[in-house]
Amino acid sequence: MNIDSIQNGIVLDHIKAGKSMEIYNFLQLDKLSCSVAIIKNVNSRKMGKKDIIKIDTNLDVDLDVLGYIDPDITVNIIRGGALVEKKHLKLPAQVKGLLKCKNPRCITSVERELPHIFKLTNPSSRVYRCIYCEAKAE
Amino acid sequence: MKNLIDIRDLSTEEIRQLIEKANDIIAHPETYREKCRYKKLATLFFEPSTRTRLSFEAAMYELGGQVIGFSEAASSSAAKGESVADTVRTVSCYADIIAMRHPKEGAPLVASMAATVPVINAGDGGHNHPTQTLTDLLTIVREKGRLDNLTVGFCGDLKFGRTVHSLIAALSRYDNVKFVLVSPEELKLPSYIKKEILQAKHMQYVQTTDLESVIPELDILYMTRVQRERFFNEEDYLRLKDSYILTPDKLAGAKKDMAILHPLPRVNEISTTVDSDPRAVYFKQVLNGKFIRMALILKLLEVE
Repeated sequence: MNIDSIQNGIVLDHIKAGKSMEIYNFLQLDKLSCSVAIIKNVNSRKMGKKDIIKIDTNLDVDLDVLGYIDPDITVNIIRGGALVEKKHLKLPAQVKGLLKCKNPRCITSVERELPHIFKLTNPSSRVYRCIYCEAKAE
Repeated sequence: MKNLIDIRDLSTEEIRQLIEKANDIIAHPETYREKCRYKKLATLFFEPSTRTRLSFEAAMYELGGQVIGFSEAASSSAAKGESVADTVRTVSCYADIIAMRHPKEGAPLVASMAATVPVINAGDGGHNHPTQTLTDLLTIVREKGRLDNLTVGFCGDLKFGRTVHSLIAALSRYDNVKFVLVSPEELKLPSYIKKEILQAKHMQYVQTTDLESVIPELDILYMTRVQRERFFNEEDYLRLKDSYILTPDKLAGAKKDMAILHPLPRVNEISTTVDSDPRAVYFKQVLNGKFIRMALILKLLEVE
C-alpha cells in the first residue's frame, strides 16, 4: 500500500493499534483541509501492531493531550520532506479542559466557566485527580 | 501571598511554628491585643456553622481587628447567582483576609485563585477543613506534649469524616504514630486513604468494629458524629447513626491519661455524663481552635 510521503507536517508514530481514530477525533483532524492518512495495524518490531497518522501540515498539536491519551506515541516533525525532530511523549503533570469532573459535590458542577483541571497524582497507575475536589478521573 | 486551603499546604515546620505561636498567645494574650488593628477579616459562610465562624470572628476581635461577612448563602449575592470567583474579587476590595466555608468541594481553592488577599478554607463540603486539623494538633500537643509516639483511635464515621481524613494525613508526618480505626463496616476509612497515606508512609494501623476491645491501647480517642448531611439516603443514616455511643462504662478500661477529642457538634455519640471526666477535652479543643486561628491569621497577614 502506497501513501505519499509528507513534505511539511507531522507523523504520529507508535500509536497503540486501534487507537488512531480516537486520536483523530481528539485532535479534530476532520476539520483540516490538508491530506491526513490514518494507517492501521502496521507491523511493528517493538509493538507487534501499531497505528500511524500522517498530517501534511504544520499543525500545532497539544502534546499534553496526546501524552494523556497515549504516552507511548512518538511525534515526528517533518520539514522539506526530512525528519527534523522526534518527540517522545510522557504523561502530562496536568490536563486542562480534556476531562470533566463527575463529582456532583465538586465546585466545577456549579461555578460558571471554571476550567476542569486534573493533576497526575500517581504516575505508575496513571491516576489523575480533580485539582478542586480530588475526585479520581474516570 | 499565602493561603491555607489544605493542611498539606503547610510544612511540618510551619505547623510547629503555628502551634508554638498559639501556645504563646495562650500564655501572653495581652501581647496580641492590638496586632491586627485596622485589619479586617471577611467570613464568607455559604453554609451554616457555629463554632468555626464564631471562632474565626473571636480570633480576629482578640487580635484587635474587625470582621465583616455573611453566615449563609441566602444573605449573599450567591443567592442571585454570583460566582465564587466574583464574590471573592469583590470581597478582596474590602477585607485583608478571607475565611470561607462552602458546601461545594474545592470552592476555597477557586476563591484563592481569584482573591487578591489570603484565603483560609473554613471547610468545603466533605473535603477539607485544615483549621480543624490545626485545632486537633494543638489540642494533642497541649494534652500529651507531643505529636509522635502516639496510639490514636478514630471512632465513628471514618468514611465521610473530613476531619478524620485530614488528621490522619497530618499525623502521618510524625514518627511512631499508630492508628486504630473503629467504625461500622459501611463507614470504614476509604481505601484510597489507606493506600495513599497509611500504606505509602508505612504507618501502623488496625481496623475494627469493636471500640471496647481496643480502648485500653489508646493515647487519644477521636470521636466523630455520623453526619446526616453526607448521606443521600435517610434510611442509611438512621441505621448507622447510633453505632457508637461513648459512656463512662466504656471508658472503664481506658488509660487514665487518654484524651477524648471530638470536632463537635456532637449529637449523641458522647454521653453528656462523660463531660465531667478529666479525659474529655473537647471543649478545651474548641478554645484551642480560637488560639490556633489567631496564630494562622497572624501568619497569613505576615504580622510579627
